[in-house]
Amino acid sequence: MNAHAPIAATECGVAVRAERGQRAVFCGLTGIVWLHRKIQDAFFLVVGSRTCAHLIQSAAGVMIFAEPRFATAIIDERDLAGLADMNEELDRVVTRLIERRPDIRLLFLVGSCPSEVIKLDLSRAALRLSQRLAPAVRVLNYSGSGIETTFTQGEDACLAALVPALPETAATRDLLVVGALADVVEDQFTRLFSDLGIAARFLPARRADQMPAVGRGTRFLLAQPFLADTARALEERGAHRIAAPFPLGAEGTTAWLHAAAEAFGVDGRRFETVTAPGLRRARQALAAHAEKLAGKRVFFFPDSQLEVPLARFLAREMGVELIEIGTPYLHRAHLAAEIDWLPGGTPVVEGQSLDDGLDRCRAARPDLTVCGLGLANPLEAEGLTTKWSIELLFTPIQGYEQAGDLAELFARPLVRRARLEV
Amino acid sequence: MQLTVWTYEGPPHIGAMRVATAMQGLHYVLHAPQGDTYADLLFTMIERRAKRPPVTYTTFQAQDLGRDTAAIFKEAVAAAYARFRPQAMIVGASCTAELIQDDPGGLARALDLPIPVIPLELPAYQKKENWGASETFYRLVRALAGSPAERRPRTGRRPCCNLLGPTALGFRNRDDLIEVRRILDALGIAVNVVAPLGASPGDLARLGEADFNVVLYPEVARSAAQYLEKTFGQPFVDTVPIGVGATRRFVEAVAALAGADPAPVLADASSRLPWYSRSVDSTYLTGKRVFVFGDATHALAIARVAAHELGFRLVGLGSYSREFAREVRAEAVLHGIEATITDDYLDVEAAIQAAMPELVLGTQMERHVAKRLGIPCAVISAPIHVQDFPARHSPQMGFEGANVLFDTLVHPLMMGLEEHLLGMFREDPEFHDGAAPSHLGRTPSRIADAAERAPMNPPLASAPVPSLPIPDADAIRTAPWAPDAEKELKKIPFFVRGKARANTERFARERHLPLITLETLYDAKAHFGR
Repeated sequence: MNAHAPIAATECGVAVRAERGQRAVFCGLTGIVWLHRKIQDAFFLVVGSRTCAHLIQSAAGVMIFAEPRFATAIIDERDLAGLADMNEELDRVVTRLIERRPDIRLLFLVGSCPSEVIKLDLSRAALRLSQRLAPAVRVLNYSGSGIETTFTQGEDACLAALVPALPETAATRDLLVVGALADVVEDQFTRLFSDLGIAARFLPARRADQMPAVGRGTRFLLAQPFLADTARALEERGAHRIAAPFPLGAEGTTAWLHAAAEAFGVDGRRFETVTAPGLRRARQALAAHAEKLAGKRVFFFPDSQLEVPLARFLAREMGVELIEIGTPYLHRAHLAAEIDWLPGGTPVVEGQSLDDGLDRCRAARPDLTVCGLGLANPLEAEGLTTKWSIELLFTPIQGYEQAGDLAELFARPLVRRARLEV
Repeated sequence: MQLTVWTYEGPPHIGAMRVATAMQGLHYVLHAPQGDTYADLLFTMIERRAKRPPVTYTTFQAQDLGRDTAAIFKEAVAAAYARFRPQAMIVGASCTAELIQDDPGGLARALDLPIPVIPLELPAYQKKENWGASETFYRLVRALAGSPAERRPRTGRRPCCNLLGPTALGFRNRDDLIEVRRILDALGIAVNVVAPLGASPGDLARLGEADFNVVLYPEVARSAAQYLEKTFGQPFVDTVPIGVGATRRFVEAVAALAGADPAPVLADASSRLPWYSRSVDSTYLTGKRVFVFGDATHALAIARVAAHELGFRLVGLGSYSREFAREVRAEAVLHGIEATITDDYLDVEAAIQAAMPELVLGTQMERHVAKRLGIPCAVISAPIHVQDFPARHSPQMGFEGANVLFDTLVHPLMMGLEEHLLGMFREDPEFHDGAAPSHLGRTPSRIADAAERAPMNPPLASAPVPSLPIPDADAIRTAPWAPDAEKELKKIPFFVRGKARANTERFARERHLPLITLETLYDAKAHFGR
């Protein structure tokens, strides 16, 4: 999944380089923390170790006490020693879980590093349990393991697992928008598409029985840059991707909507009428932060694959100077439009060698460093201003109405540093 | 397989990280898949450390599995040595690397580094975080403390000891250390080495120079102290000085080992807990039902403080530290209760519900459970969240720690009482929601005016419950509440209301009463009366 394609450094205006070494990133299990909020009747059962449970607990923070719809089946030594049959154990755990949570309609068995390394066949377990629990509960499986997935790739793996189970349709008039978005953002996009005369459906849907249908000729638009496998699975079912940049900032949102409008033959004047109010508000909101960000030098550590679109937004709409964009994985086709928009010569680093990256960051002394929570405080202590990157996944940032909020996420640490006198 | 939502302890390698991060000049190379670096943020965020933990992860991925993960590990060790130049290293595997069976110890040895490299065996599918911390510290002490040397004669110098146990991510360890040092200083005892917190591998080599050891956190340091006792003949004190009584016992034990006079320290009047607890304002604390849960060190210590120093009644005691289950069980017996030894927070929740306490003293999880049950609560043990690594000085140990404990344990009850009084007076003309605060002048807001003029809503009466004639169901069915009984129930302080409701309903069930009336409520109160 993370295999590096050979890179021709001059294929675009940016300098792409691959790096290997220690990586300070989350694994794909983390995706559960926002996915379970999105699909309201799904449950995510990780089959893994105490480390997996500890990770999700650390990532979910206080959320863990609002009757969360995720848990870990912790493998113990009895399972490993073969004293207990793991499939029987798994069936027992799932039965107990479903008894306690009869409201669950969709259960994901989520693979982890331990379950992948011992080659526990979760896809067969999902099939077996699906037959047993039908029709009340459907059981699917995907892997969120660190050895296969980085952070947001967990969502990709989850959605890709959903695709083969989507209903078949012959209708091709609907637009499929792919990628979990905050409900408020999804509603805004629904209204915009509807005003454009496009019926948009979203993957994932908010409920298991409302997942969109797909078929030969379905056109889909990616709302997130990390959905390589999902796109491939949709293409295998005959759907076509509409190429577009991602809906971040005023410009990105307009281009994203425009790509869909063009694919659906929406009249140019109608497009302008529909998008003008949002565009005007977005530009107005962005102007409030432009002067704080203009000319600032920004460094991105790899985290979510959102780095390239975010850097593009900061450079083109906020006047930021990019020092380096780290990304865990660069999907050249899905990000083609984004890469085109980056200033020529921008260094893009795919993969990570943590200590080398830190050396480059320290040498460059950027005005703002976008990085994970493991690095943020240590870099602040060295006098660098940071923006912790995970927030960019949990906060609504896409679309016109959120453009100002997105800019503020980057401006706030700079304002704070300027404001503190001690 | 065990179904888990919340875990009290992380895997054992997190314990090893707590030791490594506490120390200076030590580096940990952890054979672990991509993603296990999440643990860094426990230290940088929850404890707000200003430096990354001294841990290098190999972060292998699926594509590496077919190839040589052993080579990746060796490269990581070599690179970490070259970059950080530590005095010593520890190497080990996380849960996934344990399965792929590279041998971190052997691989590191093959590199022949010019420093001690200590391999750790931390069985991730059997053991947990505190065990990992204890084992790591024990291995470090074994490897680095050297062999017994002649100790300097005791005459003509101050007695000296080592302080063992404080780690990174330890609950209030930073401030406990300050208090314990203060006590030792007053006793004229010098501190030789504090470890792991702040110690370097070189410091561990000097452990043998002390006359005796003080174990502050038995979960982490008892096995190392036992090793030092056996090898160096150093006796140790493992009385945990949390609470006034325990602090006094600690002072006596330490003074005895040092040959010092404990009297001046015992006379120390800096602990205000005894007087505060005796002052008449505290009378209402008498017999308050309290449930205590945490790691063994804190659960045991706090249970004694609650019962003997604040006059509470212990109605529940438990710990997730299985290694110390026997001690916790023995303490529970003294209070006529059975200990809850579990690492499943749902079991703890059930035990809390069954014990119906008026105060819960526990971890972050019990804080959430208590919140859901509407019971006052204070946090006394890890696991904890960021607010329990406070900026201010807030020890648990020593005389100042006792002051902190008094405030911590009493404060949520005061808030409960305040809330209750506000609730009771809510329907009074001065106290209803729309009334302006008395000290803000004579102009109530328009909203308040409107609220005052609006007809008073009738108090919420429970909807009439249709009585379904189900045969044989009487035994399990709960009788409906008459409106006046329901209204009376609301006058009972909210933090005991749940108990009153449960008791009354049980009383009615057992007697097959068709309706819970005002009479039933007071009959039940008399029947179950404390």
